[in-house]
Amino acid sequence: MLRSLALALLALAASAPVTAQDDPPPFPEYPDFRPGAVAAADRDLYSLALLDIFEVAPAASGVPARLEGFYRIGTDYNRLFVRAEGEGLISEAEGEAEVQALYSRLVTEYFEAQAGVRLDTEFGEGGLRARPQLAVGLEGLAPYFFEVEPFLFLSYKGDLSARFEGSYDLLITQRLVLQPEAEVTVALQEVEDWGVGTGLNAVEAGLRLRYEVEREVAPYVGFSVLQRFGGAADFARAEGEPTSEGLFVVGVRLWR
Amino acid sequence: MDRRHFIRNASAFGALAGLSALTPAWARTGLAHGPLRQPGLVPTVKRDGLVEYDITIDRTRLAFGGRTGTAVTMNGTVPGPLLRFTEGDEAVIRVHNRLDEMTSVHWHGLILPNDQDGVPHVNFPGIAARSTFEYRYPIRQFGTYWCHSHSAFQEQLGHYAALVIDPAGPEPYAFDREYVVVLSDWTFEDPHDVLAHLKKRANYYNYQRQTVAGLLLGEGMSLGQRLDWDRMRMDPTDIADITGATYTFLMNGQAPDPGWSGLFRPGERVRLRFVNASALTFYDVRLPGLPMTVVQVNGQHVQPVETDEFRIGIAETYDVVVEPGDRAYTVFAEPMDRSGYARGTLAPRAGMTAPVPERRERPSLTMMDMGMDHGEMGHEGMDMSGAAPGAAAGGMAGMDHGIDHAQTEGMDHSGMTMAAAGGEMAMPGQDRSGLRPPGTLPEVTMHGPDDHGIANAMAPMQTRSRLHEPGVGLGNDGRRVLVYTDLRSLHPEPRRAPDREVELHLTGNMERYMWGIDGKTYTEDPLIPLVYGERLRLTMVNDTMMNHPMHLHGMWMELENGQGDHIPRVHTVVVKPAERLSLLVEVDALGPWAFHCHVLYHMDLGMFRVAMVQRPDDWDAERLAEMYPQGLPPGFGRPDLARG
Repeated sequence: MLRSLALALLALAASAPVTAQDDPPPFPEYPDFRPGAVAAADRDLYSLALLDIFEVAPAASGVPARLEGFYRIGTDYNRLFVRAEGEGLISEAEGEAEVQALYSRLVTEYFEAQAGVRLDTEFGEGGLRARPQLAVGLEGLAPYFFEVEPFLFLSYKGDLSARFEGSYDLLITQRLVLQPEAEVTVALQEVEDWGVGTGLNAVEAGLRLRYEVEREVAPYVGFSVLQRFGGAADFARAEGEPTSEGLFVVGVRLWR
Repeated sequence: MDRRHFIRNASAFGALAGLSALTPAWARTGLAHGPLRQPGLVPTVKRDGLVEYDITIDRTRLAFGGRTGTAVTMNGTVPGPLLRFTEGDEAVIRVHNRLDEMTSVHWHGLILPNDQDGVPHVNFPGIAARSTFEYRYPIRQFGTYWCHSHSAFQEQLGHYAALVIDPAGPEPYAFDREYVVVLSDWTFEDPHDVLAHLKKRANYYNYQRQTVAGLLLGEGMSLGQRLDWDRMRMDPTDIADITGATYTFLMNGQAPDPGWSGLFRPGERVRLRFVNASALTFYDVRLPGLPMTVVQVNGQHVQPVETDEFRIGIAETYDVVVEPGDRAYTVFAEPMDRSGYARGTLAPRAGMTAPVPERRERPSLTMMDMGMDHGEMGHEGMDMSGAAPGAAAGGMAGMDHGIDHAQTEGMDHSGMTMAAAGGEMAMPGQDRSGLRPPGTLPEVTMHGPDDHGIANAMAPMQTRSRLHEPGVGLGNDGRRVLVYTDLRSLHPEPRRAPDREVELHLTGNMERYMWGIDGKTYTEDPLIPLVYGERLRLTMVNDTMMNHPMHLHGMWMELENGQGDHIPRVHTVVVKPAERLSLLVEVDALGPWAFHCHVLYHMDLGMFRVAMVQRPDDWDAERLAEMYPQGLPPGFGRPDLARG
């Protein structure tokens, strides 16, 4: 090998049209030689704040309002997610909200595994009450570009429930996007205080047509339906809440 | 008329015509009675082969299309001044940094001493804020090149300039007049915001996705094709990460309207020196109604090839000679995704224009770009023999070999074995080194079991040479399109067989806008160890759906395009999706050399390595241990590198 190297060098000296310096330093001696320092952007933190749903149903009694969104920050592999969603009646100043704080790790090309805590709250005339839960789930892109989010929750009392959310962006034009979305909740145990029945609790589906004025600003109109089942429906009835409803909604989707 | 005088005149002309004050003198409308060679910046000193320039880097306001922004400029213009040398000169270039941040100038395509190459943290510490750095190196080559910042996003902000070196002897091709045509892309957004947008949503700038309306109207792909792509979570309209949605496409620093213009006298042969100084844009260049003869690529003479159109990758340079008639011609440069255009005019008289051609429909990737098209492989091979009639027998033999594999379905086995060798592929018994003969095309190869982890969205099933293909969106409309297999070096050179082969996979996860090599970013795996004096075969495999213009600093790469002793030398090569190509490198320059994708944003996110050239004895164990606290990467364990 040494011989071939020597031959190579000879051949080089004889034929090379343009070659570099003859006698360079063996190793860069300036103090700043730091391979890996140039492309630091792969270590930077990147964030996204998305308010996916920010809407009211103007025609309905009590004017139901709703918001759903998250803030995430982190690197390609590790992120912190804070999710929030809430709904209520504007005129009655009552409703419920849910906040999650999750550690998220990229586990496959398209999916992040997430784990953390979830806090359910309910507010209104009776004041504010809350219950903490543990949350574990996945978020990512399924084949055919379906955004899916299967999650399991365990309350501090040991009650187990699950929620599956899925959505899809259908481009009508480059800026007009139809977004069907669905959410299914099931539970293993009944939790009367929180209106949770055993088995299938509710199916919620929405269809929102948004126009992306900018990528980040997209007003929309849509239709949202909810159907409660079994024990959950019974509890809702007892509270004077509807077991099924259909609402026209108007809102705006925002992110930055 | 001396040069200084001419520049003053040209400036006055520019002001009268209401052109942007930011356009460098050399790029303003040429005069038919002006000099035949474009005058460069006036050297500070020019005597006895010593050429000294002073360049000032600063922030400058610029305006076009009714909008204003701030550019990082060389001597106050975008592009910077034309630097002109003659082969054999000694170059001294003092760079005065007036910014409040570090800057650098990299001399793209020039073979020079390592500490003059200009990559901060690799070749030197960078040019500190408010300081001056003096570059000094011998000019030992000729041709069209360029220079640009290698710091942060300064290149996207306008910090680039053309560099022309006249040969010491006569030019092998006759031409009467020349123009340098620098293509680039400009955004009024802060490039950091651009990157942040892509990180939030990788298709942020793509307003050419397939829609329901498009599907119903039968535009682009069929429903079946669409579903195939959707199943893989891949978007075939993902042609360019950043598009005309934010970019203004520039020719010699000018927006398309009114655009740059160059004048000629009827009957003259005009040499156009195209430089793609874009941060992210691949351009398809043509002059409707005027065939071009390509004479130089990447600063190297090639045997003349007549063509109607060529694709110029980011950081490449192409020189063409045209013989215009007594009329105006549009110099049309369409970005690969067709989301706009850069435009200029070549005309016999000032004020003349030619029609601007209609932009073509944005192209769509095909299953070939995913390395998924088994069935047509034999057919592909046939195309290849048609496209490159002059290809050396060796190249054809290589292809035939691949086709045989495909037809006998023996391919899986051979492919897996090759890839299983762990990044180093050896073909048995073809050469004393055990590697296939120099200058020939790589074999069609099944992708190995290593899919490079979650930083790589999807490894193609098989990879092959695509050097004979014009690339996505080209070659379907009857125009002649230049392809890499058309390039033959002017003079034959016997090519020594490689001693060793290194295989690198270009990887990415588009959904998350992650880019790397072999599934790792630069910070995760910074070095490619090379041995001084070895002859390397560098095989690159593109495991992504994007084109990547790969650039090696400090050493030439000989592109193995099947042309045997006539294979061309390049400093940058575009690797198409699912492509496998190889280059021969004479490892004749000690030190750390940058090797990276020239898409600025891909480079910044980690598609970057330092090719570390050392004598076997010179590896400094202590320094290496510092750089690799978690242990050395596999390359350092290679017996041929450990030797000494």
